[in-house]
Amino acid sequence: MKVTKLWGSLVLAGSVVLTAGCGGEEKAAGIDPKIMADSLFAVMASDRANYTKLIIKRLGAQGKFIKPDEHWEDLENGAPLPAQMFRFGAEAVAERTDAFTYSLQSLWPINKQNAPVTEAEKAGLQYIVDNPGKNYYGEEELGGVKYYTAVYPDVAVATPCVDCHNEHKDSPRTDFKIGDTMGGVVVRIPM
Amino acid sequence: MKKGVRKVTLLYSLLTIAVLVMAGIWANELFMKTEKETFLIGETTHGHHQIEMACATCHQSPFGGGDVLQDACVGCHAAELKAAHDSHPKSKFTDPRNADRLEQIDARYCVACHREHQPRITRDMGVTMATDYCVACHKDIAEDRPSHEGMAFDTCASAGCHNYHDNRALYEDFLLQHSNEPAISAQPIIAAMQAYVAEPAAVNAAPQPDYPVQTFKAAEAEKQWLHSAHATEDSNCSSCHGAGERFTEQPDALVCLDCHQAQAEGFLTGKHGMRLAVKRDAVESFPLNPSLKALQNPEVRLLTPMTPAQGRLPFKADVHDQSLTCNTCHGAHDYPLGASAAVEACMGCHDDRHTNEYKASPHYALLLREAAGELPAGSGVTCATCHMPKLESEQEPGEFHTQHNQNANLRPNEKMIRTVCLDCHGLQFALDALADPALIENNFQGRPSVSIDSIKMAIERVKE
Repeated sequence: MKVTKLWGSLVLAGSVVLTAGCGGEEKAAGIDPKIMADSLFAVMASDRANYTKLIIKRLGAQGKFIKPDEHWEDLENGAPLPAQMFRFGAEAVAERTDAFTYSLQSLWPINKQNAPVTEAEKAGLQYIVDNPGKNYYGEEELGGVKYYTAVYPDVAVATPCVDCHNEHKDSPRTDFKIGDTMGGVVVRIPM
Repeated sequence: MKKGVRKVTLLYSLLTIAVLVMAGIWANELFMKTEKETFLIGETTHGHHQIEMACATCHQSPFGGGDVLQDACVGCHAAELKAAHDSHPKSKFTDPRNADRLEQIDARYCVACHREHQPRITRDMGVTMATDYCVACHKDIAEDRPSHEGMAFDTCASAGCHNYHDNRALYEDFLLQHSNEPAISAQPIIAAMQAYVAEPAAVNAAPQPDYPVQTFKAAEAEKQWLHSAHATEDSNCSSCHGAGERFTEQPDALVCLDCHQAQAEGFLTGKHGMRLAVKRDAVESFPLNPSLKALQNPEVRLLTPMTPAQGRLPFKADVHDQSLTCNTCHGAHDYPLGASAAVEACMGCHDDRHTNEYKASPHYALLLREAAGELPAGSGVTCATCHMPKLESEQEPGEFHTQHNQNANLRPNEKMIRTVCLDCHGLQFALDALADPALIENNFQGRPSVSIDSIKMAIERVKE
């Protein structure tokens, strides 16, 4: 009788340990990378639009309070351009975590280093230009690691965006209009 | 047979004893001695050789690899890279899209280009990477910049056009902004120096010196002190020598940092003072703790002050064994400032051609004219004007102090364009002069014999 009780206890304890060790089915499944990428992009896009409209457009018009400039560090009241602010965010995130990365790229980049490099980036950026309003989702392997890669359209929301890109001496395209897809945000999540 | 066994046993015993003795000697050096020369696998670079025996400054963990070394690099150099608006920060390379580039050069780690203990392949600025490293990422540059067509890939960073980290005075828009400047400006004045000397000095009635011992030496020191800016209640004798039981005739080498924190920080991170910043627990040395107070205890410090004999530049023979502390340049009680500390102190030790030609240079002629009252304050150019410039405090705008890390403004030498050269010279002249080794060596006596095309190329590109 005692032996039966002992075995019963051991089996029960083993089950508990195994269940706890596995973490349950729900935990093992994790978050869908598409939902994660979409959520991350929602935060990025909101912050980017707010910085553009609430800071740059409101305080930087005619350089009244701040002067948005590519070389803002050289100016006493200089402020980073929205695209630079976005990049600084991506760099700061990269210093805190490697759970995801993001970058701003374009088929017509002012800085050539921001042109698509990988096949997924090339396909994704072309897709969002050819299919306005749609996102691109794919997978790719880089440096021996598999990634879930999402590309979201970066649309011109304010005249300074369009004017700056059309007038910049390094810009390969000079006919952007409000509402155009000027580039894309590439979000990458290791799988 | 037994004899043979005994011989073998004896041999093995002797070998074991020899191994144990060697291990003991090495262990003693490894764990007990400050100098660990046996374990130095190769000469270190000019930037690190003074502290190479404090192995743990960089090798912070015996089991550490790339990341441990990287932390050590960043610990000392992160602030200056940030100040230089580093053109190639690590964050540019951590994105997986750069994976194929990292296979060529793993630019996330400083040691990819700056490998230590490799004297045979170490070039200027401690670079050990092959000179054509730019090609790894920029081989297609001529597609965007046709003017770069045909340029050799080892000329990007060696021809006065680009630097890997610091391009604050070399980027295209800056070149355009300064494209029409004369070689010498109409009012050549070092603005920061002018502001520095314009700061009103406190004028107080000299207090009674509180030095407790009356000796001839003390009386001499008192005279010097009474004629110095230290002749105040706040910096009386006891401020440095201690009061009561704490009195000492020889204050610590770093006593000055009690009041001169900003200057001490520069001194302790530069070649003159870095040895004094290394703690016995070398891992704790860098980055410098904002509270430098602990370093005033000689028991905390691992290394002795630097002497010219330990340097790699030419120094005068009679000062080879002189310890380098604040008082070496500034004196103890008369602490000469101005031309004395900014020229004579430097020339008292340094014995290279650039230094020795200084008094024949136009910069020195300006200093003499300023001293004679013929030119306004800030017109003269001393050694310190370029190598230890006056900087405006970020915390207290309007306040200026001297950067005591002489390397912070030197390597690469284009670093001094914005902080110093442009106050008096046009950008084209400054670029040309700094790219002319012969002109640098004779301390700028004459005009540059080389011409850097950056500004011309930037102008032509805009015209396109």
